[in-house]
Amino acid sequence: MAITYTSGEQVEVYRFSVPATVLIPLAAVFLQAWLPLRFPFFTVFDLPLLVTIGFATARRNPLAGLVTGGLIGILQDALTHHPIGLYGISKTVVGFGASSLGIKLDVENAGARFLLTIFFYVVHEVVYFMIARGLVGLHMEWSWPHELLSGVANALLGVLVFMLLDRVKQRT
Amino acid sequence: MDVLGRYRNLIVLVGVLFAQVLGLAVQVKRTTDSEPTRLIRIWAVGSVSPLERMLAWAQTSTRGIWRNYVYLRGVRAENRSLKAQIERMSLDQVRISQDADQARRLQALLAFKEQFISQTMAAQVIGSTGSELSRSVYIDKGERDGIRPDMAVITADGIVGKVLRVYGSTSLVLLIDDQTSGVGAILDKTRLQGILRGTPSGEVVLEKVMSDETVPPGEQVLTSGGDGIFPKGLLVGRVTKVAPGSELFLNIRVRPAADLSRLEEVLVVTKIDERQAEPDQTGGARAIDILAGRLPGVPSKPENAVNADAPATAAPASTAGSTAGPVVNPKAAPSETSVAAKVSPKPVKAPAEPKTQPAAQDSPH
Repeated sequence: MAITYTSGEQVEVYRFSVPATVLIPLAAVFLQAWLPLRFPFFTVFDLPLLVTIGFATARRNPLAGLVTGGLIGILQDALTHHPIGLYGISKTVVGFGASSLGIKLDVENAGARFLLTIFFYVVHEVVYFMIARGLVGLHMEWSWPHELLSGVANALLGVLVFMLLDRVKQRT
Repeated sequence: MDVLGRYRNLIVLVGVLFAQVLGLAVQVKRTTDSEPTRLIRIWAVGSVSPLERMLAWAQTSTRGIWRNYVYLRGVRAENRSLKAQIERMSLDQVRISQDADQARRLQALLAFKEQFISQTMAAQVIGSTGSELSRSVYIDKGERDGIRPDMAVITADGIVGKVLRVYGSTSLVLLIDDQTSGVGAILDKTRLQGILRGTPSGEVVLEKVMSDETVPPGEQVLTSGGDGIFPKGLLVGRVTKVAPGSELFLNIRVRPAADLSRLEEVLVVTKIDERQAEPDQTGGARAIDILAGRLPGVPSKPENAVNADAPATAAPASTAGSTAGPVVNPKAAPSETSVAAKVSPKPVKAPAEPKTQPAAQDSPH
């Protein structure tokens, strides 16, 4: 019996145990809420996004990716005062995209992970920006330098997070 | 059927996105202040806040041990310095109390209503939303502690924000630098009123001040009381930059007095009293008496009462509380305090301002 939802693609597919599936996203959301109080610069990072990408690329199952991304995003939304769905939609798209790309590309090495994280960070921000402005009516300013620098910072952290996730993932 | 199988993933993606967009649209349409808190928010906060609370407690305990038992170097010197400061302040009090008496007499003549922070509750900041675009923090006091939405949250340095959502034992506080926040504000010296708002980048700006006005950088910004949340006269911050803005208004940047990025303890204003100023016990609440006090030949004032005749103009809100009652020091407040903080620092300068401000200044929150 499969421990969690995984795909049966021909590429190497991993799965995560139930405790890891539940606790890692929860820990990411918790740290994202707690660390900025002690280190204000930490708001630049998006730990739940990194976990979404990490899970999605390891499982290589678009459905699992979008469900994981959607749930993590909604959990993150619930802590903010904005309507629920902003992070949910953005991370659903990222989860789907990362797992779809994970099927086609080798995402096991640090360089590929670094670039992949920058790419999906920007995708996440673009989707969030469009929804927040278009649907919710928030005033937002888009700044390419800020987004790219944040993307690089997240990618650096992402490489470390993916290394940690490698330790808990299990080959199917 | 084969097509459905081939595009199954895409169809599910579109379905999930559609459902979320629909849910978002419903929330945006229905957003009102009286909207009940959604269950998912309660679950999310409930799953995260216990650990945050535990870590905050551990941090406070460790810091308390360090401060109270280990790090006592220099306490003797500090004690000496504080005693000297108390002596200086006692002398100042003589002068200030005379100004206050005069102000009270004038307030009584004008039927001026004062606002008092009569009860506050100390709370600890235990978490944030973790997002640059949602500038809010969680505190460790909630509905069970008597916290209600729209209560003002302050520190000893200045205002922080307002309570936005209340859960059982935690509350979400919307900070003044969030773009959805708004505070009725008034400039200390020029008495110009505007609305204080946050920007997407986290800066704080004072809006709705006409471009033909002159606002010097460095001027203090106080709450105007017009929003119905913050009592009048609390310190907000200082003007840092003034530039011509869009349309007819100035673009005024304000640096908040409270350090919003490093909040640890805050005070929630749980009760604000309003009462009409009464003349002092000696009576004589007549204009003639007030004028007589300014005529030459009245008995000389105490030696230290320098400038006693000057109108009360100097003290900002955070330090002006000493006139009407005990000095208010929110840092020293216990978890449930009852204070009589006089929060209208300059009733004499702006006697014509009633408690409620014009509609344009109301309810920016």
